[in-house]
Amino acid sequence: MTSAMLVSILMTLIAASTPLLLAALGELVAEKAGVLNLGVEGMMLCGAVAGFAVAFSTGSTGIGLVAAAFAGVAASMIFAVLALSLMANQVATGLALTIFGIGASSLIGAGFVGRTITRLQPVFPAALSEHPILRLVFGHDILVYLSLALVAGVGWFLRRTRPGLILRAVGENDASAHAIGYPVIAIRYAAVAFGGALAGLGGAYFSLALTPMWADRLTAGRGWIALALVVFSAWKPGRLLLGAYLFGAVMTLELQAKAAGVTWLAPEVLAMAPYLATIAVLTMMSLGRKTGRLDAPACLGKPFSAS
Amino acid sequence: MLEWRRRREPSALMLLASPLIAIGLTILIGMIVFTAMGYDGFHAVESIFLTPFLEPQRWGDIGVKGAPLVMIALGLAIGFRANVWNIGAEGQYVMGAIAGTGVALLTYDMTGWWILPAMMLAGILGGMAWAAIPAFLRVKLQVSEILTSLMLTYVAVQFLYFLVRGPWKDPGGFNFPQTRMFTADQTLPTVLEGTLVHLGIPAALALAVIAWLLMEKTTAGYAIKVVGLAPAAARHGGFSAARTTWATMLASGALAGLAGLFEAAGPFGQLTPQFPVGYGFTAIIVAFLGRLNPLGIVFGGIVLAGTYVGGEIAQSTVRLPQAATGLFQATLLFMLLATDVLVRWRIGWKRRVV
Repeated sequence: MTSAMLVSILMTLIAASTPLLLAALGELVAEKAGVLNLGVEGMMLCGAVAGFAVAFSTGSTGIGLVAAAFAGVAASMIFAVLALSLMANQVATGLALTIFGIGASSLIGAGFVGRTITRLQPVFPAALSEHPILRLVFGHDILVYLSLALVAGVGWFLRRTRPGLILRAVGENDASAHAIGYPVIAIRYAAVAFGGALAGLGGAYFSLALTPMWADRLTAGRGWIALALVVFSAWKPGRLLLGAYLFGAVMTLELQAKAAGVTWLAPEVLAMAPYLATIAVLTMMSLGRKTGRLDAPACLGKPFSAS
Repeated sequence: MLEWRRRREPSALMLLASPLIAIGLTILIGMIVFTAMGYDGFHAVESIFLTPFLEPQRWGDIGVKGAPLVMIALGLAIGFRANVWNIGAEGQYVMGAIAGTGVALLTYDMTGWWILPAMMLAGILGGMAWAAIPAFLRVKLQVSEILTSLMLTYVAVQFLYFLVRGPWKDPGGFNFPQTRMFTADQTLPTVLEGTLVHLGIPAALALAVIAWLLMEKTTAGYAIKVVGLAPAAARHGGFSAARTTWATMLASGALAGLAGLFEAAGPFGQLTPQFPVGYGFTAIIVAFLGRLNPLGIVFGGIVLAGTYVGGEIAQSTVRLPQAATGLFQATLLFMLLATDVLVRWRIGWKRRVV
């Protein structure tokens, strides 16, 4: 294998990992605050369609990205009102959000099926981003760098800052946090909104960078894999990075096998790979950790009311 | 200022009224949103929520769409009661259809009354087997059944694609990715002459009554509810959470599998890539609309089936795209969850603290 081929495979891997990393990082923050939002897939689809529609109409992928983040936040706020203010069951509300995202993206996207846009371009000048080797460092679009910076930023925020400590306290013991005087619900709203913004951007990565063409249900269940990654990461941003790139590798393998014309393995079996890998990883996690869900924030998924 | 006050007892009135309030709010929101999007919102809502129920010739369609929704939702609701979140019913539905179709392909040259029952049994076992995987992982390793059951749905759908494009492709099917059409002995009989109303519809109603008796009149049903409401108390009472997880997952897998077989041997008459139609997910809404009560689920199934039939009507009357049906269904679930708060809480004026 030539080094150029290797670089090309690694580029694919990074691209495949980025939407997972973004969406999962947002969900990690929400879960750290004690909120289980299963609507990641729905928020990603809202971001994907909003990003595409706006990029197509304005001709600017940058404005498309901003729109995608806003769409993700807007979708997450439906969840927040129901699950946080009205204390609805979080599992059911998250599912409803996913069903909503599928319907909304399909309805809005109907007019865009088959339309194409100019995909998200590399940040650095062509001399660097098209160099056969250097492009591994300089050849990526803004969201790749943003996702990596956010991993470091979220890790630092949660471990080293006072607001991060408060956010974790809200997720570990909401009653105590409330007693000390922290606004539990407001903090959870903010965490859910952050999750929504990143899920929106993750979704837009599909429609603006990976396949610059609209197709129905573009995210194909990646939102669910992002949720599994949070469990895999044991709620630690560093391990989340590792997990997302591991899954990116599985998906790259799938693409490479298809491109290489592997015939002894049916394409449908290859398409199962990421989902089977998710189950395998979740199982191995539990085998290695007899204590079960001890790593999860203690108040994850439980409704909170001050009275 | 307005404030929420917790009720001492859940409100019995609101328990029944909140689904109706939710439907009302969904209709209102639907009208506003679709008008804002440039459609005839009033007629869209009329087509989706009224026309299917007012025209008797549509009732058969409602039954055909409602039967699988009711069957799947019955199983899901029993699990939800015990805090077991099987959200991969779509996969169990597909695997049930696949297992039943396997029997159909094996018995292709045979005739006999026993073929259809054998297919049903295979459908039940197929759904159970697929549900057993998340049940095992949850009970033995504490792996979230939410994620595993959902992942397995994607696996099941790909497996279906593999079969209909490969080994099970109809040799006389002009290279279309689909299985052979089932024979007369492999097809569900219709129970009303000249309609599409097949055996699955009375079966779904009977199963709802059985599930109601099971949940309300037996110790097993009581155990399931206690495990869901008060896990610690259940342990003291000798009700095992592991056994409850197994029982509810296998029951919901069996019902989803049977529903899948009924669809394959009924409206479809073969397996095609169009087979996974999302009933497994819509059934979650049906379960909540029915307040996780088997008899309520029959009502929920009728309403949601109506939205499918009505969605098709709205496509032709006001050119509302098919995706709008999904949006209506999601809005309904949002509204159900929102109005649920009224069962446990009251809105009142905040008293001024002096």
